[in-house]
Amino acid sequence: MSESTRSDAERIRTLLRTESEEIKENTRLFNAARYDAVETVGAETHERYRTQAREIKEESIDRLPELLDRTRRAVEENGGTVYVADDAADANRYIRTVLAEKDADSVVKSKSMTTEEIDLNESLEANGCGVWETDLGEFVIQVAEESPSHIVGPSLHKSREEITALFEREFDPEEPLDSAQKLTAFAREFLGERIDEADIGITGANFVMAESGSIALVTNEGNARKCASIPDTHVAVAGIEKIIPSVAELEPFAELISRSATGQDIPQYLSLLTPPVETPTIDFDRAEEPEFGGNDADRDFHLVLIDNGRRAMRQDEELRETLYCIRCGACANSCANFQSVGGHAFGGETYTGGIATGWEAGIEGLDVAEEFNDLCTGCSRCVNACPVKIDIPWINTVVRDRINRGKDPGFEDLLVDGLVPDEEESGTPLRKRFFGNFETAAKIGSATAPLSNLVASSGVARKAMESTVGIDARRDLPTFERTTLRKWARSRDTHVEDPLRRVVLYPDVYTNYVQTARGKAAVRVLEALGCEVVVPDVGGSGRAPLSQGMIATAEGKARSVAESLLFYLEDGYDVVVIEPSDLAMFRREYEKLLPAAAHERIDEGSYEILEFVYGLLENGADIAALPDGDGNGVAYHSHCQQRTLGLESYTETVLERLGYDVLTSDVECCGMAGSFGYKSEYYELSMDVGETLATQFEPVENERTVVASGTSCMEQLDSLLTAESRHPIELLDPVDR
Amino acid sequence: MSAGSVQQFQESLSRLDTPSTVVTPEEFETELAEIIEPPAVGAELAFDGHSLSGLPVTLGPSPSQLREATTGVTGSRLSIASLGTVVVESSTDGDEFVALYPEFHVVVVKESEIRSTLSEAFEWLRSEFAAGRQSFVLATGPSSTGDMGALVQGVHGPERVHIVIVRDDE
Repeated sequence: MSESTRSDAERIRTLLRTESEEIKENTRLFNAARYDAVETVGAETHERYRTQAREIKEESIDRLPELLDRTRRAVEENGGTVYVADDAADANRYIRTVLAEKDADSVVKSKSMTTEEIDLNESLEANGCGVWETDLGEFVIQVAEESPSHIVGPSLHKSREEITALFEREFDPEEPLDSAQKLTAFAREFLGERIDEADIGITGANFVMAESGSIALVTNEGNARKCASIPDTHVAVAGIEKIIPSVAELEPFAELISRSATGQDIPQYLSLLTPPVETPTIDFDRAEEPEFGGNDADRDFHLVLIDNGRRAMRQDEELRETLYCIRCGACANSCANFQSVGGHAFGGETYTGGIATGWEAGIEGLDVAEEFNDLCTGCSRCVNACPVKIDIPWINTVVRDRINRGKDPGFEDLLVDGLVPDEEESGTPLRKRFFGNFETAAKIGSATAPLSNLVASSGVARKAMESTVGIDARRDLPTFERTTLRKWARSRDTHVEDPLRRVVLYPDVYTNYVQTARGKAAVRVLEALGCEVVVPDVGGSGRAPLSQGMIATAEGKARSVAESLLFYLEDGYDVVVIEPSDLAMFRREYEKLLPAAAHERIDEGSYEILEFVYGLLENGADIAALPDGDGNGVAYHSHCQQRTLGLESYTETVLERLGYDVLTSDVECCGMAGSFGYKSEYYELSMDVGETLATQFEPVENERTVVASGTSCMEQLDSLLTAESRHPIELLDPVDR
Repeated sequence: MSAGSVQQFQESLSRLDTPSTVVTPEEFETELAEIIEPPAVGAELAFDGHSLSGLPVTLGPSPSQLREATTGVTGSRLSIASLGTVVVESSTDGDEFVALYPEFHVVVVKESEIRSTLSEAFEWLRSEFAAGRQSFVLATGPSSTGDMGALVQGVHGPERVHIVIVRDDE
C-alpha cells in the first residue's frame, strides 16, 4: 500500500468511527423523505418539474452575460448595487469596503456555501469584525471551528450530545443544555441579540431573478429573513450561476428544491425579496419610541455575484452542467458512500457529495477534487435524485480522466506495458490501468486457468498485488474459467426452428471469463423460449476503463463494440445483456462516446436479460418451458445502475410468475460498485456500506436463494453472507427443469 | 384561477399542527380578540373592510414592544390550500418584523384569496411582480430546525402559528 493510500485508508477508518453513525441516520432520513415526497406529488409531475428546471438552467447559463447585465440594471434601478467579483480575494475586498463605508464591526450571516467558498468569515474577522452564523447548523460548526460536512445540513455529523457538550464548554450556560429544545432556545436567545445589534446582515441567494433584481432565499429557521431585514445594510452573496430570467422561472425550483433536499413540499420560508425592502428599519437605541424606534435610516443593498472560476466552467463542455446545481444535497443523500463517511471524506474545501467533484475542480482545481473523486463509484444512484438532471457520474469520470493525465509517468508503467494495452497517455496511475485493463488480465487468467487461479490466490501473490496495485488481501479474487462462454457457445450444436426472435447475447468480460454459468443459463433460457442465440466475438464494453477515468480507452472499446453490435442490429437481432453495468454503458455513457446514430441504435436495440425474458413471455413465449419456482423463497438484490434505468421490476415479475416468493432488498447499494471493494483504502468502507444489505439478508439466507443481478453485487454478497449468491437467470435455467 | 377550498386549507394546516379558525366578517373582531395572547403587536391588514385598529394590538410598536410581544398579527393577501402556506408582504407597516419576533404569529386571510396550488400562487406572484410589488415571504407553519438533534419549532421565528380565515360576505 502506498503512503497516500495508507493515509486515505486511515482517514476513512477514523471517519467511519466518529461521524458515520450520525451521517448515516440523517442522510437516510432525508433520502426516505424525498422518496415519500416525490411519491405524494406524483412521479410524472416531479419529472415534469425536473425537465422544466433543467431547461431553465440550460437557457440561463447560455444567456448568462446578458442576464448579468439585466440583473445589474434592475438592482440599480431599485437603489441597490451589484458587484461582480472575479475571485475570492476580489469579493472579500469589496465586502470589506462596504463594511468600512458603514463603519461596521459586526456582521450576522445566514447560511451561504458561496461565502464558505471565499472564506468570507476569515477575511472579515482578520479585519477586526465580529461575525456570527445564525443558521443553527452553521452556528454549531462555527463554534466547533470545523467545516460543513453537508451542503444542506452542515453539522449533521454531530449528535445532540456532542452539541450539548460543545455549547456547555464554550458558553458555560446557567442551566444544562441537555435537550434539543434547550439548545435551540439558547441559540435563539444568543443569536437574537447578535442580530439585533449587527451593523450588516449577509445572506446567500438561492436564486437571483434578473428582470426584477430580486433574490429568493430558502430557509426553515427564519434567520435569513432576520439577517436581510433587521440590519440596515444587506449584502447578498451568490455565484453568478444563480441567475434565472425572472420570477416566472422560479416556479419549478420552488417545487423541487426542498423536496429534493429534505423531502418537504415547500420550505418553511420561501422569501422573494427585492431589496432594498419596504420593511422599516429598527432603531434599538430608541427602544421606547413607536414606529420601530422612529428610525428613518435608509436601507442599503449590495448584491455580490462571484465568478471564481464559473465563467471558465461555462466554457468547459464537460464541467458546464455543474453550474445547473441548486445545492439541494440530494446527490449526497442518495450516495451510499457518502452515507457512510460524509462530506469530511467525500468533499473538498467547500462542497460535498457527488456534485462536489465538479465544483471543486472548477473553483479550486483538480488537486482538491482528486482528494475525494475516487469515492464516486459511478453507481448512478444520484442521477435520478438530481432535480436538474445533472449527469454527476459523468462529471466525476471526466475529472478523474483529467487527474490521471496530470500524473507523472511512473517507473512501473514501463514494467507492465504489455498488461495495459490502453489508449491512455503515460502518467495514468498503474493501479487505475490495472483495473481499467481487467479484460486483458481476464483473458490471460482464463487462458492459463486453473494455474492462474492457484497462483493468484497464493499469499505471496496477494501481498504483491496489495503493494503494487492496492488489491486488498482480505477480498476473494474472481476465479477464471478455462472454457470461456464464447468457446462453449461455439462448440454447441443447437438449432431453434422458426425462432421467435434472433438474439445476440453480449458476452461481457465477467460472464465470458469468470461467471460463465450465468451466460450458459442465459443461452439455454433464451433458446427454451424460442430464440435463436449467438454469442459473438466482441470485447468489453469499456466499463472497466471508464470507471478508472480512462475515457480514451473506454471510447476505443465502445467503438469496437458498436461495430460488432450494429452489424447484428441491422440484421434484425436484439442485443441482450446480462451485466447491468454494461447495459447502463450502452444506454447512458455511449451517448458521450459514440456518434449519436450509433448510440441511439444500440440503446433501443439492447435489453437486460430479465427485461427481455419478460418481453418474450408477454409476446407469446411459453412460461412452461422454464422450471417452476414451487413457492420457494428468493432474496433478490437489484443493481444500482439497473435501478437507475428502472429495470428492477422485470426480474421481480418474472420470478413471481414462475411461482417464487420474492423478497427484494430496499437498501441503496451493496458497496461494491466496480473495483471499489477491492481497493485497500476502501475495503472497510465497502464493508460498512454492505452492512445494511447483510442485515436484511442474513436472517433469510438459509430459507431463500440469494440472487443478484450485478457481478460486483454478487461478489459483495458472497463476502457478506455464508450462502453463495446466483444470478436470477440461473433460476430459470431449463436444465433444472 | 381556481379558488382553493377552506376545507383543503384547514386540512393542510392540521398536517402542520397549525390551528385555524373560520369566522364570518361579523365575528371577525370578537374571535380574533379571543385568539390573541397579550401583549400583542400588529401590522395593519392590507385588505378592505377589516382593520386591527379596534383590537388589543399595538400597531407601529416600539422596539421594546416588538421584543416583548407574545403575539404578532398580520394579514396575508394570498394563501395556498394544498400547502397551508400564507404570504407575508414586506410593507412599510413592518409585517416582516411582526411576523418574526413574537413566539405566536396570528395570520388573517380572506376566503376569496385562498388559491389551490403553488402553481396558482405563482400566477398571482407574477401579476404582483408586474405591478411592482416584489417582496413576499411564503411562510408555511412555524419556523423549525433539525440541526439540534431533533425537530424543534420556533428557532428564529415563531414557535406557533394560528390562521384566521374570514368567510366571504354573503
